[in-house]
Amino acid sequence: MRRTAPVITAFVTGVVVTISFFFNEQTTFIGQIQSGILIWVTIIFGMSLALGMVSITRVNFNKVKRRQEGWPYSLLVIISVFVMAIPSALPVSWSPLFGRNEGSIYYWLWTRISEPMMATMFAMLAFYIASAAYRAFRARSTESTLLLLTAVVVMLSRIPMGEWFLRLFHPSLPDWINIYIMNGFNLSVQRGIIIGAALGAASMSLRIILGIERTYMGKG
Amino acid sequence: MTFHLRKTLGVCLAAVILTASSASPLFAQEADEPAFLTNRINALVLIVVFCAAVLYFTYEARKGKRLFLRKIAGLDAVEEAVGRATEMGRPVLYIPGILDLDEMDTIAGVSILGRVTKIIAEYETPLIVPARYPTVLAACQEICEQSYVEAGKPDGFNKDSVRYLAGEQFAFTAAVNGIMMRERPATNIFLGGFFAESLLLAETGNAAGSIQIAGTSQPEQLPFFIAACDYTLMGEELYAASAYLSHEPLMTGGLKGQDLLKVAFIAVIVIGVVLSLLDHWDVIDFFDIYSAWFQEA
Repeated sequence: MRRTAPVITAFVTGVVVTISFFFNEQTTFIGQIQSGILIWVTIIFGMSLALGMVSITRVNFNKVKRRQEGWPYSLLVIISVFVMAIPSALPVSWSPLFGRNEGSIYYWLWTRISEPMMATMFAMLAFYIASAAYRAFRARSTESTLLLLTAVVVMLSRIPMGEWFLRLFHPSLPDWINIYIMNGFNLSVQRGIIIGAALGAASMSLRIILGIERTYMGKG
Repeated sequence: MTFHLRKTLGVCLAAVILTASSASPLFAQEADEPAFLTNRINALVLIVVFCAAVLYFTYEARKGKRLFLRKIAGLDAVEEAVGRATEMGRPVLYIPGILDLDEMDTIAGVSILGRVTKIIAEYETPLIVPARYPTVLAACQEICEQSYVEAGKPDGFNKDSVRYLAGEQFAFTAAVNGIMMRERPATNIFLGGFFAESLLLAETGNAAGSIQIAGTSQPEQLPFFIAACDYTLMGEELYAASAYLSHEPLMTGGLKGQDLLKVAFIAVIVIGVVLSLLDHWDVIDFFDIYSAWFQEA
């Protein structure tokens, strides 16, 4: 039963949702099934948050208990999780510090700690791009030299000073780079990958719906 | 194998007939409004053709016909990468993307996780699987446990090796980067849906000296993975990975069906390009009118 039930569920859900796609959602019952299932998916995902809480608490609690290397950080994680979660779950009617509205503990921690830290992580991307570009754009072979030259030309065409420099050679040079490199070679390759990925995703969906692929259950 | 082609074909045909029976009062609630969306017939045609192609090749594979699959270096390197981690006595880090379980990229990622975990279980190498969503966490735990059981090492599975880190994209990235720098995994495998964090993860792994295998269907992230990882699966290779690793003829049949449709798409693109170069806009206009009919219907 443990093997068969998920396969039957995947098959029935897949076929019903596919059929539902072709029917009017406003006027037919079968057309409404798709959106109905999506609401259920959202509810299940919301309920599953408890699993995450249990996991993060257990992993970090064990680290603290065994005094493993870096255990103070784990203690900080546990405190942070509960300091964020508990006041946000309590009703606002008890105190303006509860809930998620402006002025609440959750809001204060979110805007003053979480958001700036996440923005910092994102900002670090610039440095990572520089280090990755340094490795990728080394002229070791014909192909990498071609890549280096293309990257230099594209980067020049994308910044005001570079655009001005390129226009010294020909007034339309930055536009040609955009048309031929970015909207020509680059876009056609991207579209090729997107078409292949879309067909791959459809093929995998079909394999799952028909029960051919069961690896998502750790079987086969 | 419980897969029965005739039964499946029968159910698929029944589904198609059911879909086409727009006049059925069972499906219509209001008589004035059209029940069946005719502007989606093109999608229906594509689904039928696609199903037929996949089922045909699956049938051929079931009969015993050998189907050729080209080599995918990134997948061939998985066993070698796990072996390296075993020799170094360091863990393997596997991230099934940062999307939820209702996305195909994540399903592809967790499907491959099962195969990789079996190899890891056989070598008795430590495994770390960080999850961004609790649903992915539950699925990964189940898959890993099952893989350890199938490898004959049920006691080797540590439930805490699959762990929830954070729901926010960059909080998750920071936590994974911390694991990479503290626990120094010998092998990092990133297979699934990745976005702005792809380079942050891959560059940190590179700095930590890990061997890295990545794969995503997001074309914007592929250059980052190619620059920072040792092997990269591009686009459809991610979805083909579970079939490739399984070596099962039935699953390979699905890949062949997909290839057939890809050939058809390429043919249509080439014909379109040639016709436009030869200035045969009358033929292209016909397709425009045909397409407009679907939009208006």
